[in-house]
Amino acid sequence: MPIRTLGGARNLRKHFFYTGFISFFLTIGIIAFAQQPATTAPAHKPATVQRHRVHRSSAYPKRPPVPAAELAHGKQLFEANCSFCHGSDARGGETGPNLVRAQVVLDDQHGELIAPIVHSGFPDKGMPKFDLSNADIAAIAAFLHHQPLSNRGAPSKLDILVGNANAGQAYFDQHCTSCHSVTGDLAGIGAKYEPKTIQNLIVSGGGHRIRQQGAKPPKVPPTTVTVTLPSGQTVEGKLTHLSAFVVGLKEADDTHRSFLRNGQVPKVVVHYPLQWHRDMLPKWNDADIHNLTSYLVTLK
Amino acid sequence: MTKTIRLILVTSLLLLPAMFLSQGLDPASILKPAINSWPTYAGDYSQRRYSLLDKIDKTNVHALTLAWMKPLTAGPDAGGRAYPTHIGGVAKKPVTIPGSTSGSPRLAGSILQVNGILYISSPDNAWAMDALNGKILWHYWWKSRGATHIGNRGMAMYHNWLYFETPDDYLVSLDAKTGKERWHKEISDFSQQYFSTTAPVVVGNHLLVGTGDDLDSPGFVQSFDPVTGALQWKHYTVPMKKGDPGWKTWPSMDAARHGGAQVWMPGSYDPETHLYIFGTGNPTPAYTAKVRGPKTYTNLFTCAVVAVNVDTGKMAWYFQTSPDDTHDWDSTQSPVLVDAMFHGRMRKLVIQAARNGYFYVLDRTNGKHLLTTKYSAAANWAKGIDASGHVLRNPEKDNTIPGSLVSPTNGGATNWPPPSFDPQTHLFYVTLYEGYSMYYLSLKNPRMLVGLGGSEQDNVGSLGSYIAAIDYQTGKVVRKWLVPGSNIGLGGGLTGLLTTAGHLLFDGVNDSVVAFDADTLKPLWHSRIGRVQNAPETYMLDGHQYILVAASGSVYAFYLQ
Repeated sequence: MPIRTLGGARNLRKHFFYTGFISFFLTIGIIAFAQQPATTAPAHKPATVQRHRVHRSSAYPKRPPVPAAELAHGKQLFEANCSFCHGSDARGGETGPNLVRAQVVLDDQHGELIAPIVHSGFPDKGMPKFDLSNADIAAIAAFLHHQPLSNRGAPSKLDILVGNANAGQAYFDQHCTSCHSVTGDLAGIGAKYEPKTIQNLIVSGGGHRIRQQGAKPPKVPPTTVTVTLPSGQTVEGKLTHLSAFVVGLKEADDTHRSFLRNGQVPKVVVHYPLQWHRDMLPKWNDADIHNLTSYLVTLK
Repeated sequence: MTKTIRLILVTSLLLLPAMFLSQGLDPASILKPAINSWPTYAGDYSQRRYSLLDKIDKTNVHALTLAWMKPLTAGPDAGGRAYPTHIGGVAKKPVTIPGSTSGSPRLAGSILQVNGILYISSPDNAWAMDALNGKILWHYWWKSRGATHIGNRGMAMYHNWLYFETPDDYLVSLDAKTGKERWHKEISDFSQQYFSTTAPVVVGNHLLVGTGDDLDSPGFVQSFDPVTGALQWKHYTVPMKKGDPGWKTWPSMDAARHGGAQVWMPGSYDPETHLYIFGTGNPTPAYTAKVRGPKTYTNLFTCAVVAVNVDTGKMAWYFQTSPDDTHDWDSTQSPVLVDAMFHGRMRKLVIQAARNGYFYVLDRTNGKHLLTTKYSAAANWAKGIDASGHVLRNPEKDNTIPGSLVSPTNGGATNWPPPSFDPQTHLFYVTLYEGYSMYYLSLKNPRMLVGLGGSEQDNVGSLGSYIAAIDYQTGKVVRKWLVPGSNIGLGGGLTGLLTTAGHLLFDGVNDSVVAFDADTLKPLWHSRIGRVQNAPETYMLDGHQYILVAASGSVYAFYLQ
């Protein structure tokens, strides 16, 4: 009995695209890009923010869901027939290549490209042929397609706590107490944020995006500025704009003021509340950061 | 019909192909410094982005004024009746992507100016405009089947024909006069998550084309015949079979063939050696070296400067600027060709300030290493530089489960925004971002790390964004200009650079285009035109020197009235 391929595609080498899948597209929040999208990333408004804005619709075709029973069947068949060479996770073994990202598997939809290979094998490369039904091969294909290609952009869910809480407390007492207090601004911080959020806040001091869902970023005092005019008059307020050409501020009574800048005139002095954190960036030891995190998570 | 008329008709018919080819841009003209045009990605093949024009200089730049500005709209319905929109593409139902199918385009590439016409592109869109008034002559729109729409770095021109890449991996050729499509050709495989952003480069009768990838497919450069679109050669940047150069730097051929090294930025061309010199992208998986072999495996030719013969596609030399990279720090930054004195003798150099925060000077005739220095003071991922000029990665600063505080951030110390070399100041200028991220490994099983997966990164602060001026002979940063506010949590967006014989340096700084004194980096002039998107360009037209730049989806032309 002649072997029939599944679906319509008959030519393995023929490279084409399945227009039927165009409407299914990933809208993943991509965190890391090989190419940087806009411009050099602004500090504290990380590139991630712009990236989400600009590229949310970046897309490759997404596969439709498959019933759990078929997936389980495919997994069983794969383990029994294929895993010896291709690895139990299908990501390659000693003799067989990674199938999850093999081009044939990427191009395949329902086993129609995989079936001819399974049925004839690659005798010259040591792959025997397998007498599996097209329905079984479709289940194996579904299992392969279900394997995640890449978790790009997914947050880490691993336990990051490796530090020594006592050492962290000692560091805190020595370096942090002039601004922070475990009974004041940091009271209960271990209950408020997950460890990774706390760790990032230790370094940044706040003012950056918090990835943790539902968590509000801590309040950071505003950056203020003192502008001294040539007359000697000083104007102070919250900094609202700063370029080489203009400085803008909001005075205590909400009056907006702005001044043209010409080199050192007028004199502009910025008061940045996170100065300590910024100055620490080149000085940190990762171990101190880990210890501090392990300490602060205990403040429930 | 008289004999004379017949003779004229016959002669002109015979001459037609020659006449046709003689219009537009003669590729030989790209070999000369551009004065009246901007004919290729970087203005010329050296990628110095230095212009000989000096009509605008330090003394008069304050009077630079707007000649015209023109907002562009993407998508099939952009033009109405004002100008024709030609539609191409293979997708039956194009994917809706703001900035491609509608709205304001991302003009993050170079704009060509040839014979008074501007040719400008963004993902899936291309336009021709009158360079004297910004009038749109035609628009072309490509129906997209998807892929990463991160940018388009511009078009290439050969006589009367234009070329640009689409995100969904087609090379499209247009008639420059009408904007009508001549042909399109698939250049890489969409199902393997290739996506294409780079500007093609015309060298003689070669059209050099790179592509990018979101998964772990192999990188390559292709050369096409600009007339027919036929493939001339294809050069892979990772070994594809045993015995290929570099194959022993991978633990297996499977790892090599999925090792990345995408060529997603245009290269430079050295007419004397016929070498096309380009940078390659990161290895994959990007965030672990574990499955790419022990530390003696350098994973060639990822994160390298590579030179291939433009006629054959054969590699002449390479130098790896980030051996065994673990942070997705491509080395695709513009390799800048400079003929200059180096340590007492005249040399033919290629210079790169890489995304990893290090600065490299090589002899471009043979790839011999001359200098490596750290130009980002913040970069903390390496133990040092070895005798061969390679940077030694510190594995403690890899992505780790508890997190590592690392500079640069994923975007790098610099990225695609092009640098500039000014032969008057002898300085190499580059945009520099001294940011820090916590890098977390998000998967324990290295086999599950595919492509750009397996890492979570959180930006946690910055020492600032700068324009850095580097002495190419010492590699030392001799001057740095801090973007005001970029070290206190305000924006530090810098685009690419342009220097001119008028002793000026131009750059986009957040929402302004700024002219600096190239010697002192003092800002002399600015215009707050919106978020600047590309590197400024310059050329002479009708007696005026123009400065051309794109911001917030509009094109702006400045000149002295």
